[in-house]
Amino acid sequence: MFTSTTFASILPEILVLIVGMLLLIVEPFWKEEQRRNAGWLTAGGLLLAMVISLLFGQPGEPVTTLGGMVRFDWLGFFFKLLFMFAGAATALLLMDNEKVGDRGEAYLLLLASLIGMNLMAASADLIMLYLAIETTSIPLYVLSGFMLADEKSTEAGFKYLLFGALTSTIMLYGFSLLFGFAGTTNLYQLVDLFHAGALSPLVALSILALILVGLGFKASVVPLHFWAPDVYEGAPTPVAGFLSTASKAAGFAVIVRLFFVIFPDPQLELAHDWAIALAVISAITMTVGNLLALPQTNIKRLIAFSSVSHAGYALIGVVALTQLGAASVVFYLAAYIATNLLAFGIVMAFSRVTGLEDLKDYAGMSRRSPWLGLMMLSAFLSLAGMPPFAGFVAKVFVFAAGIQAGYLWLVIVAILNSIIGVYYYLNALKYVYLYRMPDQDEESHPVPMTRPYAIALAVLTIGVILIGTVFAPWFSWSDAAALNLF
Amino acid sequence: MNFPVLSVITFTPIVAAVLILLIPAERKNETRAVALAAAVFALILSCWVYFGYDQATAGYQFIERYNWLPALGISLYFGVDGISAPLVLLTGVVMFTGVLISWGDDHPHVMAGIQDRPREFFAFLFILAWGVFGVFVSLDLFMLFFFYEIAVFPMYLLIVIWGWAVTREYAAMKLTLYLFVGSVIALVGVLAMYWVQYQNTGLLSFDMLAMENAGFSQAFQDIWFLPVFLGFAVLAGIWPFHNWSPDGHVAAPTAVSMFHAGVLMKLGAFAALRVGIMLLPQGAQTWQWLIMLIAAVAVVYGAYIAFVQIDFKYMVGFSSVSHMGLVILGFSTLNRQGLLGAGLQMFSHGVMTALFFAVVGMIYDRTHTRQIPELGGMSRIMPFAAVGFIIGGLVSMGMPLFSGFVAEFPIFMGVWNVQWLVAVIASISIVITAAYILRNIRQVFFGDLPEKYEGHLTDVTVLDKVAIATLCLFMILIGLFPNFMVPMVEEGVKNVLRLLQGGA
Repeated sequence: MFTSTTFASILPEILVLIVGMLLLIVEPFWKEEQRRNAGWLTAGGLLLAMVISLLFGQPGEPVTTLGGMVRFDWLGFFFKLLFMFAGAATALLLMDNEKVGDRGEAYLLLLASLIGMNLMAASADLIMLYLAIETTSIPLYVLSGFMLADEKSTEAGFKYLLFGALTSTIMLYGFSLLFGFAGTTNLYQLVDLFHAGALSPLVALSILALILVGLGFKASVVPLHFWAPDVYEGAPTPVAGFLSTASKAAGFAVIVRLFFVIFPDPQLELAHDWAIALAVISAITMTVGNLLALPQTNIKRLIAFSSVSHAGYALIGVVALTQLGAASVVFYLAAYIATNLLAFGIVMAFSRVTGLEDLKDYAGMSRRSPWLGLMMLSAFLSLAGMPPFAGFVAKVFVFAAGIQAGYLWLVIVAILNSIIGVYYYLNALKYVYLYRMPDQDEESHPVPMTRPYAIALAVLTIGVILIGTVFAPWFSWSDAAALNLF
Repeated sequence: MNFPVLSVITFTPIVAAVLILLIPAERKNETRAVALAAAVFALILSCWVYFGYDQATAGYQFIERYNWLPALGISLYFGVDGISAPLVLLTGVVMFTGVLISWGDDHPHVMAGIQDRPREFFAFLFILAWGVFGVFVSLDLFMLFFFYEIAVFPMYLLIVIWGWAVTREYAAMKLTLYLFVGSVIALVGVLAMYWVQYQNTGLLSFDMLAMENAGFSQAFQDIWFLPVFLGFAVLAGIWPFHNWSPDGHVAAPTAVSMFHAGVLMKLGAFAALRVGIMLLPQGAQTWQWLIMLIAAVAVVYGAYIAFVQIDFKYMVGFSSVSHMGLVILGFSTLNRQGLLGAGLQMFSHGVMTALFFAVVGMIYDRTHTRQIPELGGMSRIMPFAAVGFIIGGLVSMGMPLFSGFVAEFPIFMGVWNVQWLVAVIASISIVITAAYILRNIRQVFFGDLPEKYEGHLTDVTVLDKVAIATLCLFMILIGLFPNFMVPMVEEGVKNVLRLLQGGA
C-alpha cells in the first residue's frame, strides 16, 4: 500500500511534522533567552521542507492516494508550497513579538496548523477535508488568543473560536447532507450527484450554500467576514498576517477544488445558477470590504477590511469556472499572500519599536526609516493593484477571466471597487511619506529592524516585485495547478 | 542582432532609480549626479533612436521581441514608428531638462529645486520615466498597459510629497483617481478586444500588430471605441475630463509639472491613438463627430479659462488643456493633415509647455508668488529665462518660424476638410491664446519690478539656462526646418490612414 507515490503525496506534511518534533525535542534544552531561536529553526526547517518537496515530491499525473483521502496534484502542491512559505515568513516575524516569540509553543501551533492547511489543499474526501479544516483551525484559535495578559488578544481568540466552531458545524451539516444524497464522501464521485439531475436545483444549491458558510468563514467572505477585523486587531500581528493570508488561501484552495470538481462544465444550468450566486457574493464582498476600510483609523483593521475585499476579487476567478479562472485565482492568492504578509510584517516591525498601531502614528515613517517606507509603498501599491507590483498582474488576470466568462458587470463592479481601494491605500501612504511627526525630529526616532524582520521583509518585497514583473513562471505553475481540475 | 536600444532606453530609468535608492540619503549631490548621468544617457539613446530611424523604409523599427508569458500571448515587444520616435526623443529631452531644473540652488533667498529628500524624488521621477518610455515603445498591448499604469502612481507621490503645500493633497488624489478611473475603463476595453480577437481568429495574443487584423465587427467597435479612447484620453486632459490636470500642474513641483504636461499628457493622447483609433478604426469613424466636438470645446474653453487666470501656473495649465485639445482635434479629423499636425503638436507642445513650467517654477522659487499682477520686470533679473519664455509664447501662439506653426497649421487644414465650421470656431483659440500670452509677457517680464523684490532676486543658474536653451533649440529647429520632423511623422500617419481605410 505504501508506494513511493503515496509517500510523495504527503511528503510536505511529513516534513513539517519532523520540523515540529525537532522543535519539541530541542526547545526545552534552550535557555530562556535563546528560545526565540525556535523561529530560525522553524523558518529554516520550512524552507528546507520546501526544497526537499520540490526535489522529491513533485506530482505527475493527478492520482488519489491513501485510500482515496488525498489527491496528489499540482493544485495541492502549489498551495502547499505557498503555505509553507507563508509559515516560514510568519515564524520569522513571530520571533521578536514580545511574549510570543520566545515561547516554543507558538511555533509548534503554527506548524500544526500548517499540516492542516496542507491537507486541506490536498483533500479528496469530505471526512479528510473536515479533519484538515479542524486541524488548521484549532491551533489558530489558540494562537489568536496567545497573549493571555492582553484583553484584546483573549477576546480575539475567543471570538474566533466561537464563530469558527459555529460555521464549521454548519458546514459539517452540509457534508452530511451530501453524504446522505450521494452515498459517498469522495469529492470526485460527487460530480454525478450534481450532473445527473439527481437533486432538485434548490436542494443542491442549499447544500452548497451550507458548505460555503464554513469555507467562506475561512476566506472571510461577506457576510462571514465580521470576525476578521476584531481578530486581526487583537491577535499577535504575525498571527493576524498568517490568518489573513495562508488561512484565507487554504479556504480558497478548498473552494477552488470543490466547486471546479463538481461543476466541470460552466454551461450547465446548475453551474450557471451557482456562478451567479457566487458572483453576487463576490460583488458584495469587495464592496463591503472596501467601503468599511475607508473610515478605519487603525492600520490592522484597515488591512483586515482590505483583505475582505481581496477575497471578493479572488472569487471572480471561481465565478468564471474556466481554466483561466482557476489559474487566475491561484495566481491572485500567490500574489496576495506575499503582499499581505509584507503589509502585516511592516506593521509588526513598526509597532514592535513604537508600540503604536494607528494610521496617524505612521506620520513621518519614511523619514524615520526610508527602507521600511519603501517596503510599505510596495505592499500598499501592490494591494491597490499598481504595477510593477504583484497586485496589478493578479488583478488583470482575474479580470481577464471574468470578462472571458461573460461577467462584464462583475468586472465593472470590481473596477469601481479598486478605485475606492486606490483612495484609501494612497491615503495611508500619505501618512508615511507626507505627514511629519508632531513637534519631533524624525531622524532621532529611527525604526530599527532586527535581523529576522530584515530578512523576512526583504524577501517578501522582492517576491512582490518579482511576481509583478517576471510573472511567467508563477503563472505557469498556477496554470499547471488549474489544469489538474479539468 | 543589433544593439537592443529600445529595451536599454526603457530600462535605464528604472536601473538608475534603484541605484539612486542605494545611495545614502545625506549624499544629495551624488544622488543628483547619478540622476543627471542617467538622464544624459537616456537623452543620447533617444537621439540615437530618433536619428537612427530610417525614414526610407518606414514602418516599425528597432524591433525587439522576447516572450514574456507565452501562455497568454504576452511579450516584451518593442518598436517605434514615425509617431512614437519623436515622442521618445521628447521624453529624453524632458527627462534631461527636468533633472537639470531639479538640481537646486542653495542660495538663501532661493528655494529652487529639490532640497528635501532628493534621493526619493529622483527615484520616483525615474520610475515615472520608465513607464513613459515603456508606453511609447511597446507594441504589446498588455505591456503598454503595464507601463501606462506605472506612469500613474509615482505622480501621486511626487505631487503629494514635494508639491505646493496648499493644494497638494487634494490635487494629487484627484489626479490619481481620474487617471486610474480612465485607465481601468480602458483596461476593460482592452480585455474585451483580447477575447474577441481570440473568438475571431483563435489567436491568444496581445500583439498590437496582430490585433490590427483581428476583424472586430462594426458593432463591437462602436461599443468599445468610446470607453477605450476616452479612457486613455483622460490623461491627455480631454474636456470634460480635464479638471484634474490644471490642479495637478499647479500643485506639482516644477520638474513634475514639466513631465506631467510635457510627456504624460502625450502618453494619454498616444495611447488613445494607438489603441483607440488604430485598433478600432471603424469605431473612430462612427464617433468622429463626438470626438471632434469635445476637442473643439476643449480648445476654445481651455484658452478662454487660461485667459482669465491670474495664477501664472493655472494659466499654463489651462493653456495645456487647450493645446492638447488641438492634438485630439487633429486625431478626430482622421485625415492626413490633421493626424500629421497632431503628431507634430504632441512634440511641439511637449517642449513648449515644459519650458513654460520651467520658467514659471524659476520665477516662483525666487518671488514665492505666482499671482501675475504681483509680478513684473522679470526680464531685468533673468533675461535668459525671459527670452526662453517669449520663444515659448511665440510657439504657443502658432507663429511662423516656430514649431507651433508647423504643428497647428496642418491641424486646422485637416479640420477644415472635414467640417469648416469647427475650424472657424477652434481658430478663435488662436486669438485668445495670443491675447493672454502677450498680456502675461508684458506684465511679468516687462514693466516695473515691484519694490519688494528690488535687490533680493538672483538670476537663474547655469543649469537652468542649459535646460532653457535645450528646449528652445528644438522649437526653433522644427520651425525653421520642418523637414527635421515632418517626413518622419508623415510615415507614421500613413500607417494610421491605412488602418482607417480598412486596409490590410
